[in-house]
Amino acid sequence: MPEPIEHADWMPAADGHGPADPAHRRPRHPGPVARLLARQGRLLIGSASVGMFLAAWEAVGRSGLVSPLFLSSPSAVVAAGAAMWASGELMEHIRVSAGEFALGYLAAAGTAIPIGLAIGWYRRLEYAADPFLSALYATPRVALIPLVVLWLGIGVWSKAAVVFLGAFFPICINTVAGVKTVSHVHVRVARSFRASDARLFRTIVLPSSVPFVLAGLRLGIGRGLVGVVVSELYGASAGLGFLIATAGATFQTDKVFVGIALIAAFGVVCNEILARAEARVEGWRPPVGPAR
Amino acid sequence: MTAPVDGGPPPRLQAVHLGKEFEQPRLGRRITVLDDLTLAVGRGEFLALVGPSGCGKTTLLHVLDGLVPPTRGQVLIDGQRASALGRERAMVFQDAALLPWRTTVENIAYGLECLDVRRPDALAAARRWLTAVGLEGFGEHYPHELSGGMQQRVNLARALAVEPAILLMDEPFASLDAQTRETMQAEFLRIWARTAKTVVFVTHMISEALYLADRVVVLTGRPARVQETIAVELPRPRDHSVRRTAWFRDCEDHVRELLSAVAPPDRVRGAGAAELSSGDGAGRASPRGRA
Repeated sequence: MPEPIEHADWMPAADGHGPADPAHRRPRHPGPVARLLARQGRLLIGSASVGMFLAAWEAVGRSGLVSPLFLSSPSAVVAAGAAMWASGELMEHIRVSAGEFALGYLAAAGTAIPIGLAIGWYRRLEYAADPFLSALYATPRVALIPLVVLWLGIGVWSKAAVVFLGAFFPICINTVAGVKTVSHVHVRVARSFRASDARLFRTIVLPSSVPFVLAGLRLGIGRGLVGVVVSELYGASAGLGFLIATAGATFQTDKVFVGIALIAAFGVVCNEILARAEARVEGWRPPVGPAR
Repeated sequence: MTAPVDGGPPPRLQAVHLGKEFEQPRLGRRITVLDDLTLAVGRGEFLALVGPSGCGKTTLLHVLDGLVPPTRGQVLIDGQRASALGRERAMVFQDAALLPWRTTVENIAYGLECLDVRRPDALAAARRWLTAVGLEGFGEHYPHELSGGMQQRVNLARALAVEPAILLMDEPFASLDAQTRETMQAEFLRIWARTAKTVVFVTHMISEALYLADRVVVLTGRPARVQETIAVELPRPRDHSVRRTAWFRDCEDHVRELLSAVAPPDRVRGAGAAELSSGDGAGRASPRGRA
């Protein structure tokens, strides 16, 4: 999407006469830096802030102020990561964790959205489901891990189940809220044009719920990643949570950070994918934000 | 006034002894919005309904459309009892009520899609109506990118596109600025003359009713009943100069008097309460000033 062009006062006025106030006549051409910032601000400022954080970390790590046992340093973390990658160990951890997450998260999205839509649409179903939703949403899912392990063992299925339990509720509850906040004005339009219930659902309820569903999906990513790590801490033989746990127990701080960085990166990538999807389906929305 | 005795064709749209009550469980009461309301609209007639604000005009329109079932009485179309799902009526809503995630053309096509017209055909028809309401070039815009007047044009086109015999319009121009409103009124008259639809047009603007309609029905305050019916015998096509004629002004004054005489009870009470509280406020003003 092209960047919107703001009317800055260095631009000629649309009517060709320019601003009447002489104080505004002063030509203020932006320098090359300002123009670059205007175009790539998000990327540049974001990278600069991350770069500065890493540089500060590295400086503190090298200064000897804090023992490397506690803090490590970016260069040590990268070195440890590269060594683990070369040995194939890292790929194995990533593969295991990503598999568990994908299984649990996709199952959660695939069930929570239709169930949420149904609960929001049928009031009696809501009455029936609401006690369970509220109770399970409020319960820390960590409390269920022993049960899940008892039922499913410590393999991939129990991990996927914990991810599922983490991601299901935010997605489902948000979807219900999306259906319930549908505009009665739009419903009346559909009814007036004699839309069937199925069409009303498809053409009014679904599109109005989309932002809520997407918000739920994004929340679900965070909850799902918590599920991966915590369930691997509880008992596993591979995976990023397992890596963090074993490296931490053996004082290999750099390896702990490798695991943390990879989980963070995974979360960012998933969020970015959803943000792209959101931009596609929600492209009609006018931009929101403070006045500039 | 209802069924003709001479055996001629029945009126296109009739409201027969309509009554509508709403339960308000939250307030623990039952309000009567329509009470024994009877009126008839002829084929191709342009009927305007004026009434004090809150008198139940919108509810009447919803009952006529079939959106809301009446508590008593019935709605007849061509003398037959109207079904709730009849496709001969279409509504033009007060706030444009466009679907914000649909472009202009998709919004106009919405009513047709609801009637199971295939999407490509619906979109093709929508493009024709886009031109008819003067929105060429805005077909791919989203509602928030349109002005209030343009949104109302889309609202109108969406209703016209389903080719209803009866057009029910709920203060469609009330939210527009005076200039846009006059343009829209004139343009709507032009479109109406071409399509020969039966129109029921709800408004609170007396001059709008007199300028547009063949007949103006003045309603009482809530519960709404027919207070008086005025035949508007101004020649068509009309332009805005008719508003300056003596007849138009006299009529406007007359209707205004009718409406002010029947301010609904809650408004009278509201005014009384306002007076009381302002008196109170004046009494308290000086101590507060001292503090």
